[in-house]
Amino acid sequence: MNQSSTLDLNALEQQHGYLLRYAMLQLRDPHLAEDVVQETLLAAIESRDNFAAQSSLRTWLVGILKHKIMDLLRKKTREPQFTSKDDEDPLENLSAESFGDNGHWVNPPQTWANPTQSFENQKFWEMFEFCTQRMPFSTAQAFMMREFMELSTEEICQELAISTTNCWVILHRARLALRECLDLHWFGNKGKPC
Amino acid sequence: MLSCKQASELLSQAMERDMTLRERFLLRVHLLICDSCKNFSRQIEVMHLACRNYLERKNTRD
Repeated sequence: MNQSSTLDLNALEQQHGYLLRYAMLQLRDPHLAEDVVQETLLAAIESRDNFAAQSSLRTWLVGILKHKIMDLLRKKTREPQFTSKDDEDPLENLSAESFGDNGHWVNPPQTWANPTQSFENQKFWEMFEFCTQRMPFSTAQAFMMREFMELSTEEICQELAISTTNCWVILHRARLALRECLDLHWFGNKGKPC
Repeated sequence: MLSCKQASELLSQAMERDMTLRERFLLRVHLLICDSCKNFSRQIEVMHLACRNYLERKNTRD
């Protein structure tokens, strides 16, 4: 028990905000996110002997949190009221609506000026957050697993019980949606036909 | 020839899997003549980078 000195409680507390945002991206429910983060911190304290001080505390915590989130999501997908609602999602037709019958862009993507400079702007991140939250849950789920949890498409297919092709379609749709939202609300391109 | 719709699908899939030689060729040809898809290709990168940066960046406020 005297090993606890390798795990500094203050250091744990400092990771709280990061973990909470991580959880929020996937769960979109502040209470649920807070719960799962608390559980993660408790689990970390309980298994502190497994923490090798030379590895990054955050990486270790995210590893625990990831498992807990996946467990939660698995439980949730079994609850019908959770999935049914946005299955008729407005994004369903987005990839069709983004392109005309001839396969051309309806709103052709324009250049985004200084995108990495936007990363320095707090307002950009608020908009980014808004745009990710605006995605329908099922689309967002696959996208977050891919881009934030860094799961492979195979793992996502398995988790969501969908085919690889379906997964690609969903991720494409997610990117079109995020692109359109950021374009409209941040980069300010109305999309002029070329 | 690829349509923009097909090109954008491939550009997105390129984030998940290796393109075949044929796909890579078709994309290159399409991107040579299509600025819209070239922009989309860059935007995919920006969104990917933004996801990478989102958690880190916001953490600096804590």
